[in-house]
Amino acid sequence: MKILVAVKRAIDYNVKARPKSDGSGVDLANVKMSMNPFDEIAVEEAIRMQEAGVAEEIVAVSVGPKQCQETLRTAMAMGADRGILVETDEEVQPLAVAKILKALVEKESPRVVLLGKQAIDDDSNQTGQMLAALLGWGQGTFACDVEVDGEQLKVNREVDGGTQSIAVQLPAVVTVDLRLNEPRYVKLPNIMKAKKKPLDTYSPSDLAVDTAPRLKLIKVEEPPVRAGGVKVADVDELVDKLRNEAKVI
Amino acid sequence: MSERESMDFDVVVVGGGPSGLATAIRLRQLAMEQGADLTVCVLEKGSEVGAHILSGAVIEPRALNELLPDWKDRGAPLHTPVSKDRFVFLTEKRAIPFITPPQMHNEGNYIISLGNFCRWLGEQAEALEVEVYAGFAAAEILYDDAGAVMGVATGDMGRLKDGSEGPNFEVGMELHAKQTVFAEGCRGSLTKQLFERFDLRDGVEPQVYGIGIKELWEVEPAKHQPGLVTHTVGWPMDMKTYGGSFQYHFEENLVSVGYVIGLDYANPYLSPFDEMQRFKTHPSVRDTFAGGKRIAYGARAISAGGFQSIPKLTFAGGLIVGDAAGFLNVPKIKGTHTGMKSGMTAAEAIFEELQSDNAGAIEARGYPEKLERSWVWDELYRERNIKPAFHWGLLPAMAYSGIDSLLLRGKAPWTLHHRPDHTTVKPAADCQPIDYPKPDGELTFDKLSSVFLSNTNHEEEQPCHLTLKDDTIPVALNLEKYAGLEQRYCPAGVYEFIETDGKMQLQINAQNCVHCKTCDIKDPSQNITWVTPEGSGGPNYPNM
Repeated sequence: MKILVAVKRAIDYNVKARPKSDGSGVDLANVKMSMNPFDEIAVEEAIRMQEAGVAEEIVAVSVGPKQCQETLRTAMAMGADRGILVETDEEVQPLAVAKILKALVEKESPRVVLLGKQAIDDDSNQTGQMLAALLGWGQGTFACDVEVDGEQLKVNREVDGGTQSIAVQLPAVVTVDLRLNEPRYVKLPNIMKAKKKPLDTYSPSDLAVDTAPRLKLIKVEEPPVRAGGVKVADVDELVDKLRNEAKVI
Repeated sequence: MSERESMDFDVVVVGGGPSGLATAIRLRQLAMEQGADLTVCVLEKGSEVGAHILSGAVIEPRALNELLPDWKDRGAPLHTPVSKDRFVFLTEKRAIPFITPPQMHNEGNYIISLGNFCRWLGEQAEALEVEVYAGFAAAEILYDDAGAVMGVATGDMGRLKDGSEGPNFEVGMELHAKQTVFAEGCRGSLTKQLFERFDLRDGVEPQVYGIGIKELWEVEPAKHQPGLVTHTVGWPMDMKTYGGSFQYHFEENLVSVGYVIGLDYANPYLSPFDEMQRFKTHPSVRDTFAGGKRIAYGARAISAGGFQSIPKLTFAGGLIVGDAAGFLNVPKIKGTHTGMKSGMTAAEAIFEELQSDNAGAIEARGYPEKLERSWVWDELYRERNIKPAFHWGLLPAMAYSGIDSLLLRGKAPWTLHHRPDHTTVKPAADCQPIDYPKPDGELTFDKLSSVFLSNTNHEEEQPCHLTLKDDTIPVALNLEKYAGLEQRYCPAGVYEFIETDGKMQLQINAQNCVHCKTCDIKDPSQNITWVTPEGSGGPNYPNM
């Protein structure tokens, strides 16, 4: 079984994101970028499936600028066998990424596509679902446990108030949640080996995919600063404040 | 215990700062020029090259011109030439312009982000086939049977607080090399071990330090004067404490503002962080930042001992370059050019040694010899008496500096001495507490919101990397006699005295640590030893 894992290059989780002064986006100049943490969990899951003998080959895919090569090299240092970069400097929205992944699925014929449930930069939580719809495949989203059972995939999903167990027919799309696993540390010699693993590059037009944005970004701004709390002297003052300042009663 | 794997290189460089990367680049240049096989690896504890780099920075491009003469074509991030130098003496209310001292003239120099410069230098190194591994800390020096350095080991990953192996445990890795270059920067944790093991500091003056605290601001366009460099002395320091500020206007509406204080300060109530905040409130300073936004924060110790504190630089199997050895030119307040040049010089000496067929561990003795003939030596020798003169206080020191630099031109027949910084602090009982103004959240800030902007993180479950030799000293000595000075000298809020069950205790918030090394330097009984935490932990400075 072949697994395709999608990995996104996103702002590092330690970095405090800051809007550009003109509000046109997040300032990413010289900011540390890393693999989206949810995608790291997806890569880890693929490797565990390979180690368990369920998967033969793991192909990591990224869409974005040239620097996504580093993200793919990280995936390969963790254990992915090869990488595919669909290189573009244009903005790519979830639908465009889903279409690109669909084109690659048709090229590569994997049985499972693993993705993070969302990326920590835009929190869209759309790509996996859109990909499943475009392919007409089943989907297991927010996975916290994944098990291959013959021609089925048993997926436990994180839902409000607990977990939901489902089974989907293969081939399938799985988006992974935080509790699925804890990704391994990358070993130094594996970073070196990853440099020698194959990495193919395509452009969106090679795959005949139209990546034109469908959504327009209007403005990025910081959340309003939370006003500090105050101590009230008695119940009367509290009621007064709730009524006249907070206007909630 | 799990067995460690090993890898072999010709040269391993510990630290991906300007001096380490310059060493690696020069080595590979020489190898390619002469068609020699030479493998070079750089280890960097930050999550990426540049993540732990913090500097003013005004850079003198002298070493860069020698290393990569076509740096402009290669897109080096030196975008803002210095256009104007100002040197100002502050009193509480006034700013009195002084003549800029000769060392502080910056014609031909550039205002840069040293972090971004290192990111670029890292790319240049990789293009020359240097193996650059960021996110791996060199945690241990490896010695061969004869006692020579034979490489380093990276730290284990995934250990738990009690030292046991966690579920994702990954054992460290040994990197063996014919020559190991220590380029850890100021107060390197392995360099400190080397000083002792090989007696490298015998017969030289003790190293002395300063702590620099820096913020990066985006200011209103009308207030931005690209290329403007301002240095101040005087307020808020008293006349006996060595300290001064910098403000550099560069690139798109950015201003680097920082304050450096000599760690030989005497009053345990002094808080370098709060002095920095207070400095910004000066009437001649605050206007620059009004309406602006602080976008980054960080701190780092610097070596200030100069010429007379340079240790023996080589030993069997390795050598020391950059600010780990203390090549900072203090009156110039610059060390990037000297650090890089020391690395390039070391590279040339190492390359020569590796070409000869000597058996056994190499000691690149050619390195200090070449360095003594270079401009680095000349420059540092001339300036050697300026910093120690500040023991006498600001005004006598400035008078002395004028005589030493202008009349004697650095050729005074004497060399002044240093006192180690941990010996200079006075008991709290003999000092006045300092009442710092409360932060306003716009121009001045508290420590925690500041550390937040350094993007610092450490894996929480790991063992504490700030180790105490004696657990009783923080309360019994530091709190009792020095009013808990670690709470104040630490710019990241790592040290906190808290009361539990009616007893005071030191709490170490190691996750906050920005790797400045001040605690390792200033603790009065040298009870704190800073060791490397898990690789990639620490700050993630953008544009610093």
